[in-house]
Amino acid sequence: MTHKTIRVGGLTRVEGEGALVVRARDGRVVDLRLSIYEPPRFFEALLRGRAYTEPPDITARICGICPVAYQMSACQAIEAACGVEVTGPLRDLRLLLYYGEWIESHALHIYLLHAPDFLGYDSGIAMAADHRVHVERGLALKKAGNELVATLGGRAIHPVNVRVGGFHRVPRRQELAGVAERLREAREHALATVAWVGGFDFPDVEHDYRFLALRHPGEYAILSGSVATGDGGGFPVERWPEHVAEEQVPGTTAMHARLDGAAGYLVGAMARYSLNSGSLSPLARAAARDAGLGDVCRNPFRSIVVRAVEIVHACDEALRIIGGYTEPDAPAVPVEPRPGTGHGASEAPRGTLYHRYRIDADGLIAAADIVPPTSQNQARIEEDLRDLVEPRLGLPREELVALCERVVRNHDPCISCATHFLDLCLDAR
Amino acid sequence: MAGPVPRLAVWKFASCDGCQLTLLDCEDELLSLAAEVEIAYFLEASSAPGPGPYDLSLVEGSVTTPADAERIRHVRRVSRRLVTIGACATAGGIQALRDFADVREFASVVYARPEYIATLERSTAISANVPVDFELRGCPIDKRQLLEVITAFLAGRRPVVPRHSVCVECKARGNVCVLVAHGTPCLGPVTQAGCGALCPAYNRGCYGCFGPSETTNTAALNTRLRELGMSDPELVRVYRTFNATEEPFLRASEEAEGDA
Ligand code: SF4
Ligand code: SF4
Repeated sequence: MTHKTIRVGGLTRVEGEGALVVRARDGRVVDLRLSIYEPPRFFEALLRGRAYTEPPDITARICGICPVAYQMSACQAIEAACGVEVTGPLRDLRLLLYYGEWIESHALHIYLLHAPDFLGYDSGIAMAADHRVHVERGLALKKAGNELVATLGGRAIHPVNVRVGGFHRVPRRQELAGVAERLREAREHALATVAWVGGFDFPDVEHDYRFLALRHPGEYAILSGSVATGDGGGFPVERWPEHVAEEQVPGTTAMHARLDGAAGYLVGAMARYSLNSGSLSPLARAAARDAGLGDVCRNPFRSIVVRAVEIVHACDEALRIIGGYTEPDAPAVPVEPRPGTGHGASEAPRGTLYHRYRIDADGLIAAADIVPPTSQNQARIEEDLRDLVEPRLGLPREELVALCERVVRNHDPCISCATHFLDLCLDAR
Repeated sequence: MAGPVPRLAVWKFASCDGCQLTLLDCEDELLSLAAEVEIAYFLEASSAPGPGPYDLSLVEGSVTTPADAERIRHVRRVSRRLVTIGACATAGGIQALRDFADVREFASVVYARPEYIATLERSTAISANVPVDFELRGCPIDKRQLLEVITAFLAGRRPVVPRHSVCVECKARGNVCVLVAHGTPCLGPVTQAGCGALCPAYNRGCYGCFGPSETTNTAALNTRLRELGMSDPELVRVYRTFNATEEPFLRASEEAEGDA
């Protein structure tokens, strides 16, 4: 009987901290776990007793990479509980802010975390020695996204300007004109990015993913929508708790999200693209086609191309919103608390992010539930890893470890967000 | 400059990654910085972690697990200089709200099997665990201040980071005072500068994300905030957010709690 244990101590070039343990016996994988050793921070517990106005600022601190996503899902859940919907120019501004986060987060992932895998470098910084123009283009793109977030939100990480009902202050047309200049350059960079990553060498893999993403009429859903599932089904966001459950899985202590009782569905760039590619801006669709993407993408390595296409779309749409922007009369609509429960979901760059709050008569939070993308993807990432590892158990350790890390990075997991992954301890034998 | 290239390490404890991301957000400076220092250990950015010792360690996040209490001692041993970045590392961060509650109860709210959670009852700042050479405040830190700190340590001098209040920055920026002009509650008078008086510039009161400034008169501010209609529970909450266990904020929240 031959034993083989692969242990990757600190996964690199991902957000947050995680590890991977694979155990095989006689050529078969008997145990495989993507383990999250990120210390628990108990957000859902510490939100109780806070005012209904506080979750946007507090939950932003769950993740420094996608704070806007947390702010948007939180605001919408609370507004839903209070019976308010934010529409018109204020909704456009929210979308605009969110596009900024998409641009910077995807540019970071593509250039500094993911592309080095395809070109054989340890980091984006090392890659810059030979591919300086490309890395500089990535940084310029990222900077444009950050500038958009900072203009609207005050700063790029944990923006201060978002509130339940809208904003504290809305921008002048003038302020946005400067950003538009940047975004036009960024759109060119984004198109160049699609062409660049589209030419990478992709392993010939396809998986039969079950996708989940938001869908919104006439929009490539980011800010809001109802939930669509790859099997043609779907449900409104307020039915989320009936369909998605986070559970502890026998044999491991990690939480896995299950969709209608089954684990292993996928959220994120490929899910969005595969369910909604018809709603991308014409420019983004054309770029996708030129890069060889069909209407659906099932090759996880090509997710880098999908992210690049999403940047084109984000730049394009952001410019459209700025072009049609008229300053709203008030920076926010009034939101009065009332007892009840509200649900909110939006598309973080890494996938669907769901929030639920129960608010009591004093406007304080009685209960909070947050389901981040990474806990939804965990089971599916493990399946990808299993498929990869089993036929390659004979490979030299280093090669196999590098391949596993690539598979994890394909899904851009954000482990800091994993608000309730458990600390795992395994029987080491 | 002769001599070996200084070696930089970036470590993460309990946190959101935002402060270390600030380093990658220095888009204009990143590649020139990488030419001056060897980024020897930075898991978020590189797959090639090099062994210590390191000339400068930047530490993000607070200590919340027994394993991390051990790990920070290791980080101290392999670091010539250790600088904490952000409210978590400097003050325990948002996760320090557990200090005011029962952590087992917290765990049972979030996890079905709380017994699997290895966690400490308190979330502590790095300086409560090991000696630190400098603490950079902010939730998140400010990018210009981060560059100043790195440059200063590489040049062997103390960083120039003001400890006065946000009000001073507000005046420098030409903001209208939201407290005086609009009657909006604002922690600016007791909060350390560094953000550029961001919230007042966006028409809202400061919520204290940079922690207490050098000299604070929270008693006087509390009186004013009560006049503006803040209730004691609201006062407790505003001080107990991202820097809840920092002495002046802690005292101010306890004062409000006592009166509640
Ligand atoms: S707005 Fe706040 S920070 Fe600015 S001067 Fe007034 S009290 Fe101070
Ligand atoms: S004004 Fe206060 S809360 Fe706002 S960013 Fe500055 S220190 Fe943080």
